[in-house]
Amino acid sequence: MLDRLKAYFARAFEVPDAVSPARYETLKRLMTVLMVTVSVAPLLILTFISHSQYMQTLEGEMENPLESLARKTQAALELYLGERVSTVSFMAHAYHLQTLSDEHTLNRIFLALKSQYQGFVDMGLVDKTGRQIAYVGPYQLKGADYAGKQWLKDTEIRGRYISPAFLGYRGYPHLVIAVHRLEENGAEWTLRVATDTLRLQQIAVPDGKSRDTDVFLVDNQGVLQTDSILYGKALEKIPFQLPHALHDTEIIRKEGDDGRMYLMALCTIEGTDFRLVTIKPVDTAFRPWLALRAELLWVIFGGIALIVIVSNLLMRHLVDRLRASDERRVAVFAQMEHNQKLSSIGRLAAGVAHEVNNPLAVILEKAGLAQDLLTMNKIGGDEKEKQTLVKLLQGIESTVERARGITHRLLGFARRMEVSRQALHIEEVIEETLGFLEREARNRGVLLEADFPEPLPELISDRGQLQQVFLNLIGNALDAQAEFRGKTNEARFIRIRGVTEGQCISVTVADNGKGMSQEVLRHIFEPFYSTKKNKGTGLGMFITYGIVQKLGGHITVESTEGEGTTFTVVLPLTPPDVSGEA
Amino acid sequence: MGLRLLLADDERDFVDTLAERLRLRDYEVQVVYDGAEAIRAATSNKPDLVVLDLYMPGLAGDEAIKQLKMMYPAMPIILLTGHQAVDDNGTSPVSQAFACLTKPLAFKDFVAIVEAAVREGTTTGRGE
Repeated sequence: MLDRLKAYFARAFEVPDAVSPARYETLKRLMTVLMVTVSVAPLLILTFISHSQYMQTLEGEMENPLESLARKTQAALELYLGERVSTVSFMAHAYHLQTLSDEHTLNRIFLALKSQYQGFVDMGLVDKTGRQIAYVGPYQLKGADYAGKQWLKDTEIRGRYISPAFLGYRGYPHLVIAVHRLEENGAEWTLRVATDTLRLQQIAVPDGKSRDTDVFLVDNQGVLQTDSILYGKALEKIPFQLPHALHDTEIIRKEGDDGRMYLMALCTIEGTDFRLVTIKPVDTAFRPWLALRAELLWVIFGGIALIVIVSNLLMRHLVDRLRASDERRVAVFAQMEHNQKLSSIGRLAAGVAHEVNNPLAVILEKAGLAQDLLTMNKIGGDEKEKQTLVKLLQGIESTVERARGITHRLLGFARRMEVSRQALHIEEVIEETLGFLEREARNRGVLLEADFPEPLPELISDRGQLQQVFLNLIGNALDAQAEFRGKTNEARFIRIRGVTEGQCISVTVADNGKGMSQEVLRHIFEPFYSTKKNKGTGLGMFITYGIVQKLGGHITVESTEGEGTTFTVVLPLTPPDVSGEA
Repeated sequence: MGLRLLLADDERDFVDTLAERLRLRDYEVQVVYDGAEAIRAATSNKPDLVVLDLYMPGLAGDEAIKQLKMMYPAMPIILLTGHQAVDDNGTSPVSQAFACLTKPLAFKDFVAIVEAAVREGTTTGRGE
């Protein structure tokens, strides 16, 4: 699986070396993926860290109020119960058994108690045997036998006791506070007071308190002592096992039956078996955060989408630029290669010309001598036959003459001739050149036009060489017109136009002659390439090219077959090598 | 009396034929085949004009022309070579030649230049 994945990515991101559309596609893909990864990864990491950090803070923010609520409620309950117990204990210690056994007295005390404290329901005095010997309250409980009851035993052992809530005879939840008394004279009795749990409920959940927090008391059997929002009314059993609790508040996370998470603060109430439970669902605290998170998620996804789009556009732009520069480089290399080729062909041609010149000279001289001998009558023979021989020898001479023309032009291209530099106006050179060709152009019905829309600056160059260049170009244009019989109704023209281009002068020679095919265009500057069958040497454009190069310029050609040809010669105002020489 | 010419060229076939044609036209021609010989012949015979090839064994044409011009500044010298004569800036001895001709060359042109060179040499000689 991993290997396959690796192979997939290797394939997807392998950048081909060759300059091809696939190369740039892959490059773009790779760079986009990299850029998106580099920008999105920190964003996601940051988001994740912030999220978890914020969650932690939020939980702390939630725990603190819960804990403080639990502590406050705990303190209030302890105060309330302690006060009740102290009051009962005070009465038990303030009066003797005889006093309390008298129901009138007991009633008076009970009424005094009720006037000061709310919630007391009844009051009874239980003697050593467990029988209630005196009772004040709404029920007929005098004489009730509590012998052997657990609460009585606990009271006797501990001295004071608070019972869990129960219904008992009274029919509504209440609890009993009992105090055991051992008098100096040996009398042993227990004072028990019942109080309803309504006050506890009020302390635990004061009116107007937010109802999303559930506060209730549970005894050690898991029975609710006060009403709970979540788990029902008092005296019902809570549906789960409460963990062991300490007096110090402890916060626990708990998953409820409804699947929600709850935070639970747990603590005991001093002097009782009660545990105070404060429960709050987690999600209520997180509700604002969840709303915010949804918005933030939109922002993040929007941001990522934006990054992807921008990266894609940026990389497309970059790769396009890269491609353009690559293509330019390839073109420059091709041009350089072309120049190199022409230059080596030139050297080769010149070398051949050198070697051919000597034998040509020998042939010429031998033929000349033979002619001399014939015409100077050094050899006898028939006059007619001699004439024939002279003609043949003249044929040899003219052929050598032709060959000489070729070798001399080749040498002319190759030699490092002294280029005479002078400041000149190219308009003048062109006008002069046109002067040579005017008659021929007129004979052929071709219009020669020279157009210089602005005065051109002076140029440092070689007058003779430039003349040669324009003579070749315009002469070729004339030939192209002569051979062209296509659009007879159209006026045939050769337009020469010169303009300044920065530090160069650009001269175009345009004709509406027969034009050239791609094949011809490819070879046009090569030596011995001619389309003029027997007429041309195939060296004209080759030499023109060489001269323009030597003058520090360059020549380009555009042509459409049947439409015409445009040559453009660009010459620097100052040749690159002049400053160094001067 | 015809002009006395000295031809120096290692291309024997060429130089011998040329000499014969010149002799047919009443020139007094001496032929040598290398630069050193050319210097020797020029010193002993003092020809009216010297024709030198540029590339020869022994002493090359440009060296020969330098020495000749040193000894006989008035003696006209013509260079005749299959190669292109090179003189980029006018400092080479080649520039001291009356003419620098490239082979092959039409005979009558050659004769015309020879005549011109000798004529000019005499004129300047007279002027001096």
